[in-house]
Amino acid sequence: MARNLSKTKVPMPAQDPHARNRNFSEVALGYTEEMAVEEARRCLGCKHRPCVKGCPVAIDIPGFVEEIAQGRFEEAFHILNEASALPAVCGRVCPQETQCEQLCVRGLKGEPVAIGRLERFAADWHRAHACKLPPAPKPNGHKVAVVGAGPGGLTAAGELARLGYAVTVFEALHLPGGVLSYGIPEFRLPKEIVMAEVDALINLGVEVMLNTVIGKTLTIDELLEYGFEAVFIASGAGLPRFMGIPGESLKGVYSANEYLTRINLMKAYEENSLTPILRGRHVAVVGGGNVAMDAARCAKRLGAGEVSIVYRRGFEELPARREEVHHAQEEGIAFHFQTNPVQILGDDRGWVRALECIRMALGEPDASGRRRPIEEPGSNYELLADVVIMALGTSSNPLIRLTTPGLETDKWGGIMVDGPDGLTSREKVYAGGDVVTGSATVILAMGAGKDAARAIDRMIREKGL
Amino acid sequence: MQQYTILEKTPLSGSACRMVISAPLVARKAQAGQFIILRAKEHSERIPLTIHDQDREKGTVSVVYQVVGAGTMELDSLKEGERLHDFVGPLGRETRTEGLKKVCVVGGGVGCAIAFPVARKLHEQGSVVHSIIGFRSRDLVFMEKDFQGVSDQLFVMTDDGSYGTPGLVTQALERLIKEGHQYDEVIAIGPLVMMKFVSQLTKKYGVKTTVSMNPIMVDGTGMCGGCRLTVGGQVKFACVDGPDFDGHQVDFDEVISRNRIYEEFEQREREESCYLLKQGEE
Repeated sequence: MARNLSKTKVPMPAQDPHARNRNFSEVALGYTEEMAVEEARRCLGCKHRPCVKGCPVAIDIPGFVEEIAQGRFEEAFHILNEASALPAVCGRVCPQETQCEQLCVRGLKGEPVAIGRLERFAADWHRAHACKLPPAPKPNGHKVAVVGAGPGGLTAAGELARLGYAVTVFEALHLPGGVLSYGIPEFRLPKEIVMAEVDALINLGVEVMLNTVIGKTLTIDELLEYGFEAVFIASGAGLPRFMGIPGESLKGVYSANEYLTRINLMKAYEENSLTPILRGRHVAVVGGGNVAMDAARCAKRLGAGEVSIVYRRGFEELPARREEVHHAQEEGIAFHFQTNPVQILGDDRGWVRALECIRMALGEPDASGRRRPIEEPGSNYELLADVVIMALGTSSNPLIRLTTPGLETDKWGGIMVDGPDGLTSREKVYAGGDVVTGSATVILAMGAGKDAARAIDRMIREKGL
Repeated sequence: MQQYTILEKTPLSGSACRMVISAPLVARKAQAGQFIILRAKEHSERIPLTIHDQDREKGTVSVVYQVVGAGTMELDSLKEGERLHDFVGPLGRETRTEGLKKVCVVGGGVGCAIAFPVARKLHEQGSVVHSIIGFRSRDLVFMEKDFQGVSDQLFVMTDDGSYGTPGLVTQALERLIKEGHQYDEVIAIGPLVMMKFVSQLTKKYGVKTTVSMNPIMVDGTGMCGGCRLTVGGQVKFACVDGPDFDGHQVDFDEVISRNRIYEEFEQREREESCYLLKQGEE
């Protein structure tokens, strides 16, 4: 079969920027079969498989890409699914440019193989065509509890269920998915896909208990008393950060968590939604990560005339996925780089009217390797805004920490674990994802879920011998 | 019995109503001062309500609500035997009562429903309980008997003087303090304006005061930050740090302002649904 020697990826079809910034339908439309085969043929099938080393869940990337190149799409899906419980999600939200695709040999001269797009293609193809459900695994008689139905928890649940464990996932909200449901918007990750992935797990025998807050409704110790032989905590980093500047309690100031939860989980963007949301005319989003991009793009879709991203470093330092930045720019989001808010200004009725910003110079790289921003005195100016959204990252939720004696946490409140297995200071209690690392990515949480599931399986089998 | 089934629905006074809901896991843990979040139907809002009572043996939790917006209107449309779509809790911290020997519990309007379990808890632990409950007028008075059963002294106030003693709860409280009653703490639960003025009064007399806040919130687990308020110059989340706070430290004006964020939205919803009701009648 002839290789495709094009230096560029097969372009991803997408909704027109000026049409899509008024709707919540998915932006990237996905490859057709022909496009997928053409792109898959760009893969050289390297013997040393560098891309696999960049994948936190070690997907057999050359393997599934080769199946696509041969037109065997269902086989491609099965290779993906062996390593990842949520391929349709990862294909859409993973930062491939810093993981698998960064290590792709084709990237040395031209663009790397579009691994993420191909992953999405195979998962979508499977969902559209496969009718045969995999047989439910044979129960092994052991029970495991998972706390949190986000990417980390769902991955661990899937891994354990396939090994025959009876898994119960406890979720605080009224829908499963965690950040996939409340955080990432519909236009980037349709909720129908999240629910399909959850349904696949339920089909494997996983039980999902919604509306159950561990640390409140039940404690970790109670789960152990109820006969769960291990608990995996994947409760995420839920607590939003604010800047601590004057004016953050004005009406019109949101945490990105609240803004996105109202829109995604509560569907505030729908015509007849009962959930209120302030539709600003001038919206300022503070931060430069994926969450900031999501919030800005939602604000545009809710009808804001002008949406600005305010970020204290420069374009190069933006932590968001490149594709999201690119999409945001196309949709008309304005970027204010090297700019930091110093206070939020209100009117006499307590509503936001502007964001006072200061310009920043970039100094030497700091501990994170990014250039440290330094204020330029006297460069203050006002940015007109009636809605301000703080997208500054999150820290871990204290509810489990406060109700689990003997569970050690670090100074930021993250649960401390012993190596990649995720074992905490408490016997039989494992943790992984954002609750350990602080806010990171979907795929890293999934990697942690997978590793912990394997460790839990080992622990239970050793105990049984 | 299915989860979240409405076992009893009892109209109280005015537009207030009590619902007893089957929720064994929540009932097992619920303490006075904590709250739950419910959704009436599949697409309803999440509504936080402070717990009115619980029966651990029967596995039930009761809440009292007043129809104030689209969300509570939807809740009110459900009948006995029907199920709530979602019900989660208990959330927040319980009201601290350890070591309190003499307490004045002040309830206002529907807030009396959640002040009651606090008064009862104090009574059961042997504290001297003085209760002051206030309403706008006679037809809105409720729970008087319940308070009588757990209070050493009870004062019922109405704004218009149509029942009990005419006047505001703050007038009754000031009189008691002036009469020489020394309270370890005043616990005030009711409308924000009432809690604000109770706190102002007790600050003058140096009596420690706890208030129960119910700001706008979404998840109730610390995730959204919508329920943030300023207490003693620091930002707190009512859902995980509260809902009880030191009344002398709360910035009430900020909370009152923030609670009006969606008033316009609610107003529109109410008008639209009333219009639909009218259409249905035609």
